[in-house]
Amino acid sequence: MLEVKSLSVSINGKPILDGLDLSVKAGEVAAIMGPNGSGKSTLSYVIAGKPDYEVTGGEVWFNGENLLELAPNERAAKGVFLAFQYPVEIPGVATMTFLKAALNAQHRARGEAELTTPEFMRAVRGAAASLKVDPEMLRRAVNVGFSGGEKKRVEILQMALLQPRLAVLDETDSGLDIDALRIVADGVNALRDPGRAFVIITHYQRLLDHIKPDVVHVMARGRIVKSGGPELALELERNGYRDYAEAAA
Amino acid sequence: MSVHSLSVKTAAETALAQQFAALPPSEPRRAAFAAFDQRGLPNRRDEAWHYTDLRARLAEAAPLAPAPDAARLEAAASALAALPRLGDMRLVLVDGRWAAALCDPPPSGLTVAPARDAPEPDEAVVALNAAFTEGALRIGLPPGEITLVIAHIDGPGAIFSRIEVSVPARARVTIVERFEGGNGQTQRNAMATLALGEGARCDWTTLIGDDAALHLETRRTRLAGDATFNDFGFVCGGALVRRQLDVSHQAPGAKIALAGLSLLDGTRHADTTLAVRHSAPRGESREYFRHIVADAASGVFQGKVIVAPLAQKTDGAMKSQALLLSPTASMSNKPELEIFADDVVCGHGATVGALDPQQIFYLLSRGIPEREAEAMLLEAFGAEAIERVADEAVAESLRERLSQWLKGRAA
Repeated sequence: MLEVKSLSVSINGKPILDGLDLSVKAGEVAAIMGPNGSGKSTLSYVIAGKPDYEVTGGEVWFNGENLLELAPNERAAKGVFLAFQYPVEIPGVATMTFLKAALNAQHRARGEAELTTPEFMRAVRGAAASLKVDPEMLRRAVNVGFSGGEKKRVEILQMALLQPRLAVLDETDSGLDIDALRIVADGVNALRDPGRAFVIITHYQRLLDHIKPDVVHVMARGRIVKSGGPELALELERNGYRDYAEAAA
Repeated sequence: MSVHSLSVKTAAETALAQQFAALPPSEPRRAAFAAFDQRGLPNRRDEAWHYTDLRARLAEAAPLAPAPDAARLEAAASALAALPRLGDMRLVLVDGRWAAALCDPPPSGLTVAPARDAPEPDEAVVALNAAFTEGALRIGLPPGEITLVIAHIDGPGAIFSRIEVSVPARARVTIVERFEGGNGQTQRNAMATLALGEGARCDWTTLIGDDAALHLETRRTRLAGDATFNDFGFVCGGALVRRQLDVSHQAPGAKIALAGLSLLDGTRHADTTLAVRHSAPRGESREYFRHIVADAASGVFQGKVIVAPLAQKTDGAMKSQALLLSPTASMSNKPELEIFADDVVCGHGATVGALDPQQIFYLLSRGIPEREAEAMLLEAFGAEAIERVADEAVAESLRERLSQWLKGRAA
């Protein structure tokens, strides 16, 4: 589903990704772990299409399409979703309005019918209930005044509503207490599907206690330096990243 | 050393003098025009006009619009019919003159009569208004609560109008003033004075949504003790717009809130210049202005708050925020505080920026196309200003104008 080939990326002339290779199959949950500064967030932003990143080499293919040639909104309509590490506050835009605009824009881009208001409301209420998001909160401006945990839950709510084919979760576990972590993990697990893939970026093992990955990749210095099964995450939890930071040097 | 001379008249100044000479003689008008003639059109050397050089921008003075005839009134009536109905009474001016036949019958206690006195010609635009306005109106409002619509239906030509409004003690009035019908040949000079009695309240919303070549607007407001004045200016039209609002209170406890939203595109230029004079204790003033400036348009905000030595316990806060949507759009912000009392709280803030790229990316990443994402953010930015309008029906009509303007941009 996702093929990243020899991807090199710089920001302001500083190389961050250095010939990164990554392959994620449909139905797979891939965890990417690695120390601070290894380029994990950069990878997630480049997949989602954030400007300011200069791709200096390599390719990113998504279901046979060259992702790097598409605008961020086109990528979203093709089924790419990024759960932000720091969800952005948008004062003055009600969350409901935002959700409806996003869903309808994706439907339009795919040539599908837009949802009627009752259909939309039903979908939002269902997603909100399963993620224990107070529907009252969705009347407030996007992420404004939300706690860290609420912001992350609303990211997952968006994912549940938009039903992407590839979801990249960038440190969704940071800032979550145990209960919120479980709610978020349940939300992700509920969406696991043979046609859908997840890339879960995290520092810690604890999220992976709740979302069992199929593959674990270790990232250091801008590339994947080791890949393995779930046991690799446990090994990292015990030994830290020091070995990998050196290995990549 | 440099010597400035304004002795050479511009074409517009010469035309104004010729137009004035052709009018029937009248002593107060002659004095007003002499006051103008001495100064000439305001230009960048006048501090208050530094960012809006009217002398340079006004290439020619439009001929005076004649008093409306039957055909003109009929056309104005159909323009009026297209406007939404609001309020208890509609007062209509056509080309600056009171069109009694198009007005609603006044509710009891509301009086409309010719104004007696011309304003002191202490400033060029006011002097021109005093020299040229025919049929200035004095509106007396009844006690109690009332909503009044003042509709200016203007055609081509130079159009001068003046309205004096007085609100009795403890009365409450909502005024919606709209300028309509102007086009590339319209040069407007509209003046209004407002006197608020003790404990009275006025909510005044002005909509400038037509395409007048020139819109000059002067509003002078005086508040008695404990009176409240809320003003909102919505500018989404006019090639060259200058709104100058002067608000003062001589007795304690006045509350003043001035706010506005300007939507500027093309090569429009809109200038909002405020003077708020606290001359008595315990006054409160809030200024909250937002500007969206696109294309090669330019915005100006000048806000001056003057706190006299007597005006202890004054509480003032001023804010002007602009979003620039293109590299050729510009905004000049000039907030000023002149504080002569020692026990006051006054602050101001002015920002000029672009749309936040993080917010744009967040919306894009959810599938929302760029134009739509921008429009969502702009709508939110503008709506926060419109929140200052107390009357929900009026606020809703402004939100609709905002979203129309945004749709027009996206098209």
